[in-house]
Amino acid sequence: MTAAEIGRGLRAGKFTSVEVTRHFLERIDRAGKALNAFITVTPERAMEAARRADASIARGEGGPLTGVPLAHKDIFCTEGVLTSAGSRMLSNFVAPYDATVVGRLAAAGMVMLGKTNMDEFAMGSSNENSWYGPVRNPWDGTKVPGGSSGGSAAAVAARLAPVATGTDTGGSIRQPAALTGLTGLKPTYGRVSRYGMIAFASSLDQAGVLAQSAEDAALVLAAMAGHDPRDSTSVGVAVPDYAAGLGRTVKGLRIGVIGEFFGAGLEQGTGSAVREALEGFRAMGAAIVELSLPNLPLSVPTYYVVAPAECSSNLSRFDGVRFGHRCADPRDLQDLYKRSRGEGFGAEVKRRIMTGTYVLSAGYYDAYYLKAQKVRSLINADFRRAFSEVDVLMGPTTPTPAFAIGAKVDDPVTMYLNDIYTIGANLAGLPAVSVPCGLVDGLPVGLQIIGPHFAEERLLAAAHAWQRETEWHRKLPPLFA
Amino acid sequence: MSIEWETVIGLEIHAQLATRSKIFSGSATAYGAAPNVQANLVDLGYPGVLPVLNREAVRMAVRFGLATGAKIARRSIFARKNYFYPDLPKGYQISQYERPIVEDGAVAIVLEDGAQTTIGITRAHLEEDAGKSLHEGLGGQSGIDLNRAGTPLLEIVSEPDMRSAREAIAYMKKVHTLVRYLEICDGNMQEGSFRCDANVSVRHRGRHEYGTRCEIKNLNSFRFVERAINYEVARQIELIESGGSVVQETRLFDANRNETRPMRSKEEANDYRYFPDPDLLPLALDEAFIEEIRAELPELPDPKAERFASEHGLSAYDAGVLTASRELADYYEAVVGILGGEAKLAANWVMGDLSGFLNRDNLEISQSPVSTQRLAGLLARIADGTISGKMAKEIFEAMWDGGADADAIIDAKGLRQITDTSAIELAIAGIIEAYPAQLADYRSGKDKLFGFFVGQVMKATAGKANPAQVNELLRKMLAG
Repeated sequence: MTAAEIGRGLRAGKFTSVEVTRHFLERIDRAGKALNAFITVTPERAMEAARRADASIARGEGGPLTGVPLAHKDIFCTEGVLTSAGSRMLSNFVAPYDATVVGRLAAAGMVMLGKTNMDEFAMGSSNENSWYGPVRNPWDGTKVPGGSSGGSAAAVAARLAPVATGTDTGGSIRQPAALTGLTGLKPTYGRVSRYGMIAFASSLDQAGVLAQSAEDAALVLAAMAGHDPRDSTSVGVAVPDYAAGLGRTVKGLRIGVIGEFFGAGLEQGTGSAVREALEGFRAMGAAIVELSLPNLPLSVPTYYVVAPAECSSNLSRFDGVRFGHRCADPRDLQDLYKRSRGEGFGAEVKRRIMTGTYVLSAGYYDAYYLKAQKVRSLINADFRRAFSEVDVLMGPTTPTPAFAIGAKVDDPVTMYLNDIYTIGANLAGLPAVSVPCGLVDGLPVGLQIIGPHFAEERLLAAAHAWQRETEWHRKLPPLFA
Repeated sequence: MSIEWETVIGLEIHAQLATRSKIFSGSATAYGAAPNVQANLVDLGYPGVLPVLNREAVRMAVRFGLATGAKIARRSIFARKNYFYPDLPKGYQISQYERPIVEDGAVAIVLEDGAQTTIGITRAHLEEDAGKSLHEGLGGQSGIDLNRAGTPLLEIVSEPDMRSAREAIAYMKKVHTLVRYLEICDGNMQEGSFRCDANVSVRHRGRHEYGTRCEIKNLNSFRFVERAINYEVARQIELIESGGSVVQETRLFDANRNETRPMRSKEEANDYRYFPDPDLLPLALDEAFIEEIRAELPELPDPKAERFASEHGLSAYDAGVLTASRELADYYEAVVGILGGEAKLAANWVMGDLSGFLNRDNLEISQSPVSTQRLAGLLARIADGTISGKMAKEIFEAMWDGGADADAIIDAKGLRQITDTSAIELAIAGIIEAYPAQLADYRSGKDKLFGFFVGQVMKATAGKANPAQVNELLRKMLAG
């Protein structure tokens, strides 16, 4: 059942939130360990929230999500609950406050089941970089679920939770959604508050949803979006009723197909599935336009300058002084810093801190950071040009379906290329959604739809139209059917 | 022939802005609270928190820019200055680097000898303060107090336009006066609300290129600035004249030993890796916002001093002293207002007895026990001849200690001056009568005895007779 269906069932009195919540907690109990999808499960809190939700539903109060369970990526601060960001550094960090996203979804009546596993500090594309161990893909336990929101993806794909939050800095919602057969929405930069979301790369990070359907993504986005006075980069654009806009037709929709996304490196089965999906949209009355975004291939190198630069600074606060991991018996201040950080951070995080420190350092700033910012504005300009011709852009979300755990851990560059199609939207701050569009050797494949700033409604309507015509999003991993 | 040396000084003044809350969080900025009670999650740099710029701090920076005739950047940028230190919770300080909010201003200074000059202000930028590390009384451990972390600062960077410690002091005092006029900083130097770093170098007079400079950190009194600069100048000249050369470095002033010393050298120089803070949008200011602030500016010290000179007839020096603080100028002006004139009399009393008593009792003008009303009441009695200047001092002291108004004290002490000619004549007649021998001596040419008769008359009238009248009448009556 989707989140929307659970919400409708609750309001119709078919079942209670306590029953639904208990159902998901039992599923987590049975399968959570094997998938390693959760870092923390909060059954008592969940049951208490479910009882409160039932009471408000009984009073005729609440909205479409009241009483519907969800899981939060462990990057969102949750008051009184471990908030680890998948890192040893924060393996003792009980957040003293709720992230805005957490607070808003709680205010919408949603019931938190627990906190999901993730790549450490959201740095990774396979969820192998977690202090809490890798997450397994419910479709095939030997495969990665994608990352960094891999725990959220696995949890929803295996129906351990009807819906989950995620964050997307370079593809961390869309890529795992594609690899696990989910609908993954990364909103426009500034659409959702970043307050309380542990920062990786501040100018790229955006909170979003991993869901079973476009309808679920629409409902959850509406509840979490909107300006937040505590986040200066959140935007005051009014939040539309995304669910109400789902019925919009795709007839006449101008779809741009990015040529650069269909080059070498795109696995054949994935490419065919995406092309079939495009044909599907044409059949529904959309117009397909071939486009080129010449600077888009520079996304990956640009990203791997900008994101590490920001992360090298953002992660400086983890120094063993006020919170988080502290080494035993520091001899002096330098020793405290070096060992606390050396022990607290994993290899990929260290690699990015070092890269970022390098590109910002005196003598290299212009050649790397400044140049990357210039390329970023060129990529932006490419997108702007494209959106003067078409309504949305479409292409694959990832170059291949899920790969084997361990296959790319020793080769960071190959790993980074997983995000080759998703990073562009982050650099330009654009909203993008991945929807299931096929199976290749029993593994899901995602179609990515990118829109202009604040065009979430258009993206969700296109995704919904696709999901009314197809069953891909209803397919379950055989083990969890 | 000995070489003539020229000193070159530039100051970086840190003025703590008088906002109620911090520059990027809602915590209070009050001084003296128990450690860490004024630090919230944002100040502590907790995971997930974000800065939100305090609009009031921006207004204050703009006020300063407008008051110094500077350019106000329509778009300025906050950057991160990255370094590790325990009292810097985020591991970076948010500051303005490449694009400050204020650029290219100037202030005029006047030296004691009346010489005037203009000191350029390169830039003034907004930034957050760090916390404090405490090393004493903690049993060998170090403590961190983050109350100050995130306090808004305006860093005011001058051009290297000053040529002596005196000019540096005059400039620093002028900026101190300005920030208090503008009500953007309380100017409290003991609490560190107003402090400076001094960049000092020397060169042969006539040379264009600057010498190698040293930066003296964290000077928090005018006296220290003067002593530190003078020491440093002498040190550099001696060093060069003895064949050495100045090394560019950061030095600390030790007030007890009256010398500057190199700061403990760090293992290596910090590379601060400045880059624009992605958590804060560029600060965009529109004309309406700037014009609104311009319209709210108070009368500034220089125009006020000019007005006092031209309208009240004060000397440039007096006008300068009275306008050095807005409160003093307001006090003076209120007294003149109540008196309806007598500007010079009011100026003398405000700069003289009143300032003297305030200094003696270590009080601010706002704490003066003698109100403007009461001082004006006293001066009115001097002006109308009721009391003499000498009596006025006695009454002023009684007002200071007792709190009554001048007329009440005059009546209670019977201090009203005798100006009735016949009453004075009567007293003189009595004295002449009492001292026939002295009268004879005086009349035979012993002029010195005039003072004796004045003294006797004053004694007889308990000091209340108007001295001018006594002189005049006595001279007449002694002549016979």
